[in-house]
Amino acid sequence: MSSLVTLPVLLPILGSALTVLAGRSARVQRVIGVVVLTAVSAVAVALLAVADRSGPVVAEMGGWPAPVGIVLVADRLSALLLLISTLVTLAVLVYAIDQRIADYGREAASTTFHPVFLLLSAGVSLAYLTGDLFNLFVAFEIMLAASYVLITRRTNASRIRSGMTYVTVSLTSSLLFLTMIALIYGATGTVNMADLAGRIGELPTGLQTVLGLLTLVVFGIKAAIVPLHFWLPDSYPDAPAPVTALFAGLLTKVGIYALLRTQTLIFPDDRPSVVLLVLAGLTMIVGALGALAQDDLNRLLSFLLVSHIGFMLFGLAVFDAAAVAGTALYIVHHITVQATLFLVSGLITRRTGTVSIEAMGGLARMSPWLAVLFAVPALTLAGIPPTSGFVAKLALLQAGAGAGAAATLAAGVLIVASLLTVYAMARVWVRVFWGAVRPPLPDPDPTDELVVGTARTAKPMYVATGALVGVSIAIAVAAGPLSAITARAGHDLLDRGPYRTAVLDVEPLR
Amino acid sequence: MNAVNLSMTVVLAVLYSVGFYLLLQRSLMRVLLGIVVLGHGTNLLLQLIGSPPGRVPILGIALPSEFTDPLPQALALTAIVITFALTTYLLALGYRSWVLVGHDEVQDDLEDRRIAQRERPEASMGEETTGEDDAEDDPGSAAASGDPVDPADVGGER
Repeated sequence: MSSLVTLPVLLPILGSALTVLAGRSARVQRVIGVVVLTAVSAVAVALLAVADRSGPVVAEMGGWPAPVGIVLVADRLSALLLLISTLVTLAVLVYAIDQRIADYGREAASTTFHPVFLLLSAGVSLAYLTGDLFNLFVAFEIMLAASYVLITRRTNASRIRSGMTYVTVSLTSSLLFLTMIALIYGATGTVNMADLAGRIGELPTGLQTVLGLLTLVVFGIKAAIVPLHFWLPDSYPDAPAPVTALFAGLLTKVGIYALLRTQTLIFPDDRPSVVLLVLAGLTMIVGALGALAQDDLNRLLSFLLVSHIGFMLFGLAVFDAAAVAGTALYIVHHITVQATLFLVSGLITRRTGTVSIEAMGGLARMSPWLAVLFAVPALTLAGIPPTSGFVAKLALLQAGAGAGAAATLAAGVLIVASLLTVYAMARVWVRVFWGAVRPPLPDPDPTDELVVGTARTAKPMYVATGALVGVSIAIAVAAGPLSAITARAGHDLLDRGPYRTAVLDVEPLR
Repeated sequence: MNAVNLSMTVVLAVLYSVGFYLLLQRSLMRVLLGIVVLGHGTNLLLQLIGSPPGRVPILGIALPSEFTDPLPQALALTAIVITFALTTYLLALGYRSWVLVGHDEVQDDLEDRRIAQRERPEASMGEETTGEDDAEDDPGSAAASGDPVDPADVGGER
C-alpha cells in the first residue's frame, strides 16, 4: 500500500519523459497526458480513502527509515488536496489540448508543452506528499522550473517582462527557502518535518520566532500574501488562459499548503496569531480593492486571487481545529473556482478579442452559455448560498467569531472583503454580459495565444470548463461529507500525533 | 550547535548584502548577478552550518566520531545544480529580452501605469467618473443608452 504514495510523483515524471519521446505525434502526447492524470486522480482517491480510514500512509524512499531518509506521507489533508489538484489539472489539460487543436491544428505536436505540463503536476504532487523540508524545496523547484517555461513560452515583449518578474521573485524566495533550511538544520540537526516537530520546541524562544518568521516570508512570497503579493497580478495575466488557470489554481495554493503544514506541525501556537491575522486582513482588503481598480479581466481575477489567499490565511491565523479545517475546505473550493474563472476568462477573451472590460459588452446575448459558465463560478467565488464558497466561508467565520477580539475583527474584514468580491464580480457581469453588443475586435496578434481566433473557439473548451463548474457544484452538494473529512484533517493537523507516529514510531508530544 | 568561523560569517554577510543590493537594480544583468551571488551565499551557509570539518564519512577509512557531516554537502550539491540550471534559464531570458526589446532594463508594467494615471485626476476632483471614460462608466446608463435591454435581463438583476 505504501508504494501507492510514490505514484502521484512517479507517473507524471514518467509521462513527461514519454511525451518527449513522442515529440512527433500530438495524438500520443495527448493520450499520455490524459491517461497519466486520470491514473493519478484514481490513486489520490485510493489514498484519501485509506488515509481517512486508517491514518497517514507513509513510504520510505530507498528503504531508509524516517529521520535519516526521505519519506512521502499522505494524510487526510495532502490526499484531499492531491485529489482536487489533479482533477483541476486534468480539466485544464483537456482545455489546453482543445485550445491547441483550435489554434494550431490537430497534428501540431509540442516538445515543450506536454512534458513541462506533466512535470509541473509532478512537482505539485511531491509538494503535497513530502515529509521532508529539503524535499519540499526540491518539489517547489520542479514545480517552479516548469512554471517558468510555461509562462515564457512563445515569448513576446510583454511576456518577457512578466516572465522576468516572476522568475526573479520566485528564485529569490527559493534562495530564502534554502537559507531557512540551512538555519533549521544548523539549529536542530534534522530536516524531517515530523522530527522537527519535536526538536524545534527545545530551541530558545527567540530562535524559534526567527525561524518561524523566515518560514512565513518564504511561503508568503509563494502564496502571494500582502505585502509580498506584488509579483502575482504583474505576471499571471500575460500567460495563456490554461497556464494562468493552472498557476492561479495550484501554485499559490501549494504555498498556502506549505504554510499550513509547517505552522501546524513545526511552529504550533496555542492561540490566534495576531501577526497572521493582520496579514490576512491586509491581504483580503488590498486584493479586493486592487481588483476594483482593474480594467483587464485577468488582472482583476489575479487581484481577487490575492484577496482570497487572505481568507485561507485567516483560518490558519485563528489556529484552532475548526478554523484550520475551514482553511482546508476553502483551499479545496478555491482551487476549483479560481481555475474555472481563468478558463472562462480565456473563453471570453477569445470571443471578444480583448481583455479590457471597458471594450466588452452584451456577451450574455451573443453567447448565453458563456454567461452561465461565468455566472456559476462568479457566484461561487463571491460565496452566495448555496455554493461551495458559502459553505467554506461559513466554516471560516464560525471558527473565527468565537476566537477572541482580534479574530472577530478579522472575521469582520473577511465579510467586507466578501462584499467587495461580490461588487467586483457584479461589475464584470454588468460591463461584459449586459449592455450594448460590441463587435469582436480584430485580432491584434495572430501568434498570441492570449487573444486569438475569435471565430475558432472550440466547443470542447466549453465542455472542459463546464466540467470544472460541475466539480465546484459537486463540492457544494457533497459539502457534508467533505467538511467531515476536513474537520478530521484539521483535528489531525493540530494534534500532530497521527502524523508523527506514522512517520517516526514515537510517543505523541505532551 | 557548533561555533561558526567569524571570517566566514563576515563573508556570508557580504555575499547576502551584495546579492540583495544587486537584486534591487534595474538592469537585468545585475539582477542575474545578484541571484548568482545570493546563491553562492546560500550554498556557503549550507556548508558552514554542518559539523566542523572532519574526515571523509566512509566507514573503514575513518572512525564515525571523526566524520564530517555529509548531509549539508548533499543539500548544497542539489542546491548548486538547481541554482545553476535556473541561472542559465534566467540568462537565456535576459538575452531574449535584449533581442526583443533592445535593452535589458526591467520595464514598468504598462497596465499598472495606465491605472495609476487614470486614478489620479479622479482623486483630485473627488468624483467617481471623469477623465477619458465616457457615459459607459456608469453601468446603468450603458444599459440604457445601448440596445434596449431585454426585460428578462433587467429581471435577473433583482
